[in-house]
Amino acid sequence: MKIDVKHVAKLANLPLSSKEEKKFEKQLSSILDYVEQLNSVDTKDVGITSQVTNLENVTREDKPDLSLDQEEALLNTKSKHNGFFKVGMILDNE
Amino acid sequence: MTPVIGLETHVELKTNSKMFCGCSADYFGQKPNTHTCPVCLGLPGALPVPNKTAIEWCVMLGMALNCDIPQFSKFDRKNYFYPDLPKGYQISQYDKPFCVNGNITLQNGKRIGITRVHMEEDTGKLIHENVSGEDVTLIDFNRSGVPLVEIVTQPDFDNAKDVIDYLKKLQQIVRYLGVSNADMEKGDMRLEPNISLRKNAEKELPKYKVEVKNINSFSFVEKAINYEIKRQTEILNDGKTPIQETRGWNQAKQKTVTQRVKEEASDYRYFPEPDIPPIHWTKSQISNLKFQIGELPEEKFKRFERDYVLSNYDAEILTRETTLADYFEETVDLGKKHGLSAKQVANQIINKKTEIDKILPAQLILEIIKLTVKEDIDKDKLRKIVKEVLEKNPKIRNDYKAGKKNVLQFAIGAAMSMVGKKIDTKELIKIIMEELK
Amino acid sequence: MSKLNQLSLREAAEGLKKKKFSSVELTKNCLEQIDKADKQINAFITLDKTALNQAKEADGRIASGNDSPLLGIPIALKDLFLTKDLRTTAASKILENYIPVYDATVVRKLKEAGVVILGKLNHDAWGHGASGENTNFGPTKNPWNKDYVPGGSSSGSAASVSSDMCIAATGTDTGGSSRLPAAFCNVVGLKPTYGRVSRYGIIAMSSSLDSIGHLTKTVEDSALFLNITAGNDPQDPTTPNIPVPDYTKSLGKSIKGVKIGVPREYTTEVGGLDTEILSLFEKTLKELHKLGVEIKEISLKHTEYANACYYVIQPAEVSSNLARYDGIRYGSARQNFGEEAKRRIMLGTFTLSAGYYDAYYKKAMQVRTLIKNDFEKAFNEVDAIITPVSPTPPWKIGEKIDDPLKMYLSDIFTVTANLAGIPGLSVPSGFTKNNLPTGIQILGPQFSEERLFQVGYAYEQATRFFERKPNL
Repeated sequence: MKIDVKHVAKLANLPLSSKEEKKFEKQLSSILDYVEQLNSVDTKDVGITSQVTNLENVTREDKPDLSLDQEEALLNTKSKHNGFFKVGMILDNE
Repeated sequence: MTPVIGLETHVELKTNSKMFCGCSADYFGQKPNTHTCPVCLGLPGALPVPNKTAIEWCVMLGMALNCDIPQFSKFDRKNYFYPDLPKGYQISQYDKPFCVNGNITLQNGKRIGITRVHMEEDTGKLIHENVSGEDVTLIDFNRSGVPLVEIVTQPDFDNAKDVIDYLKKLQQIVRYLGVSNADMEKGDMRLEPNISLRKNAEKELPKYKVEVKNINSFSFVEKAINYEIKRQTEILNDGKTPIQETRGWNQAKQKTVTQRVKEEASDYRYFPEPDIPPIHWTKSQISNLKFQIGELPEEKFKRFERDYVLSNYDAEILTRETTLADYFEETVDLGKKHGLSAKQVANQIINKKTEIDKILPAQLILEIIKLTVKEDIDKDKLRKIVKEVLEKNPKIRNDYKAGKKNVLQFAIGAAMSMVGKKIDTKELIKIIMEELK
Repeated sequence: MSKLNQLSLREAAEGLKKKKFSSVELTKNCLEQIDKADKQINAFITLDKTALNQAKEADGRIASGNDSPLLGIPIALKDLFLTKDLRTTAASKILENYIPVYDATVVRKLKEAGVVILGKLNHDAWGHGASGENTNFGPTKNPWNKDYVPGGSSSGSAASVSSDMCIAATGTDTGGSSRLPAAFCNVVGLKPTYGRVSRYGIIAMSSSLDSIGHLTKTVEDSALFLNITAGNDPQDPTTPNIPVPDYTKSLGKSIKGVKIGVPREYTTEVGGLDTEILSLFEKTLKELHKLGVEIKEISLKHTEYANACYYVIQPAEVSSNLARYDGIRYGSARQNFGEEAKRRIMLGTFTLSAGYYDAYYKKAMQVRTLIKNDFEKAFNEVDAIITPVSPTPPWKIGEKIDDPLKMYLSDIFTVTANLAGIPGLSVPSGFTKNNLPTGIQILGPQFSEERLFQVGYAYEQATRFFERKPNL
């Protein structure tokens, strides 16, 4: 199974070197061949399991709670300015 | 060629807390990044817990738009990367939204299909600035996680005026429900039209559509839509097809401009949100929510026309907002015992542009009476009546001279019943006092 | 020279209560052992400099009569558990300087119970691995033979408990990451029922599979620990409101007549099952038989597809959960992800992408239903299921690292419990000819941890493998 590694890497926001691209193309191919065996399972009329808890309707009341203070929120960033997180200019309009 | 327009509107709910965490949802004007927590900041290890009220309000909004409420619903992850999206995915709804298949009727009778109404969370805010000579983007996550309801229509519109009418009606419904301020300028109601054109005879939908963003006020809506229609018409007349893309309205340039073409961005890789159990409604919960909706604008309008015998024009103005409508009804109710008609109250409020947050209904009634009186009673006539009352009731003069001041009430009452209608007693008292001397 | 660090949790708690020694002394012994052995084992990433202060505080609470079962006990935490003000790295370069601003719920509960946190433990970065080699902080070695892997991803947790650096350690188990290293290091590893223990504040790997567990020296210790960590958490909507029993109550009860299923798909039908593993497993069955257990061969017919199913669902969820690490609010740039993390992000992104979702992710979610149903059916016939934890004994460091698929195959016996959301208890089951530990796992229906402890305890007491210590 051949994968468009460049396209996937872009979707995944993962910058890869061309060496990595080659390596992953090969490895992902063989992993996908391995998981291909799922196709031999008869899943006609079988529902999906996306959660195993059987829980439903878990919500919280609309009551405000404490927030972090600005310092805590910004504690681990490498780039900030006047209480904001700062990144290089983004060209897209909102 | 006929425009084919479908609308995506986002309404920000004015809940106390955010969609998936307990941070305050009242972010407007706050210092940056002061209303965040591990959940809405997308910190490692955080988990979302849905806001019950937000979900209920979404369902109520859907019901107000005549939607069906499916018994099962769930949240999904919409995966994409953008600096204002802290988790790298937005918790939204994909194939099992809370509300489906609704409709709304415009002023001109046209019926617009509502495809779906669903819940999602808002992103952070980006601000482009120049800091120390460098062009940067600053990010504030106070808005991240605020509950958003998305309303999607069928591509049933074909002109900008209908779009505006729809937006006004939607805004009114939302405000009636009390779930959002729905203020386009403040960003708590946002519009993204999808616009394309088809040949008049064609029944199929055009094979492309252009999404337009950045329409931040009602006044931009008409301009942006009409500009885009014109732009696409020119391209199609050239024999070409407009590119499927997202464009932004540039108010300064008065045109739509290409935003970075998001080719792969539309692969959101939706999958069911594993951290949030699904929602399963019972019939009684649904009917309970329906009951909470109360009277919607259309109903109230018809009722006002009918029960208060108001003109179309008056009824529309008085039912524009629930605060005004309630004020009107309260005033009419109080005014009954003074013999005032609903029409009088309506006229007063509408023509005199009453500041309803400054004048209580009871006070307004007095004003109406005063005005009514000023036109209706002649001072000489009144003096004649007073003289007659005092002649017929000498006891009044005697008791008054003896110091029994409360005999005045009797005099007032007697005069009033001779006048036959409610008048401003100030003038009357003045005349009585003069005559008693 | 006191060797208080060699005590089990129960023994240490008893000793503290009876004032035979103090938490400070106990903690000191653990720190000395860390000092002595960790240069070779490399179980720790960060040591908590406040450990002795914590111990002093605990001693104060003990003196005023508090006899909470974990009070004053030195433990360590897998570095996926967020600890406020104490560096938490996920064993990755991306978070090598990250200081959390809040505690995980489990950490808060343990702190309230009065544990002494010694530090943060090494593991396969982000939980990705079965050997402890995928870390940015150097691989952890197996205390029983330093040329061999201790198992992963909770490698540091298993190695530190096994070498008596700490009395107990937390772990996570998404596809076997607590059970496998426990088996490889001769300690007890619990994977609780999904949702039994809160995931809030623990760096997410695969949200529908992550189970929050722990590693201890004995089964009783494991029960004592679960008493503290289990319970509903309003901040984790996947934790049901099911009451927490006293998990130690079932210990010591006879297991006579307990029906235990042995799935043929985990033994006789497995290609590549190591002969030593098989023979040790047969010994285990004999031992259980002696204890009066009824052993029955059963079939979990979709077992052969479980690993493929796991390696579609898990990387998909991983790719989404790691999207928040974009370097803006914390952490360094995404290039700094290790190779295994990148591989899983790529794989997951692919299987979720347009055109492939139905064929891979949706299909896997359907197969997951079948696997879950296999267990539900089986538990109608038997009370518990027993299988080997790993198809092979511990392997040499570096042996499987170049072949990701080979590494993934070490999960084949453990992923099923995560797919089905059921609990699994890994207990030592003896040593190979090379003196390397092995383990068996006891599986039960959701929320049957009491039953697992009951069976595990009886087997453990009869075989007493916990009495052996590695030669350091």
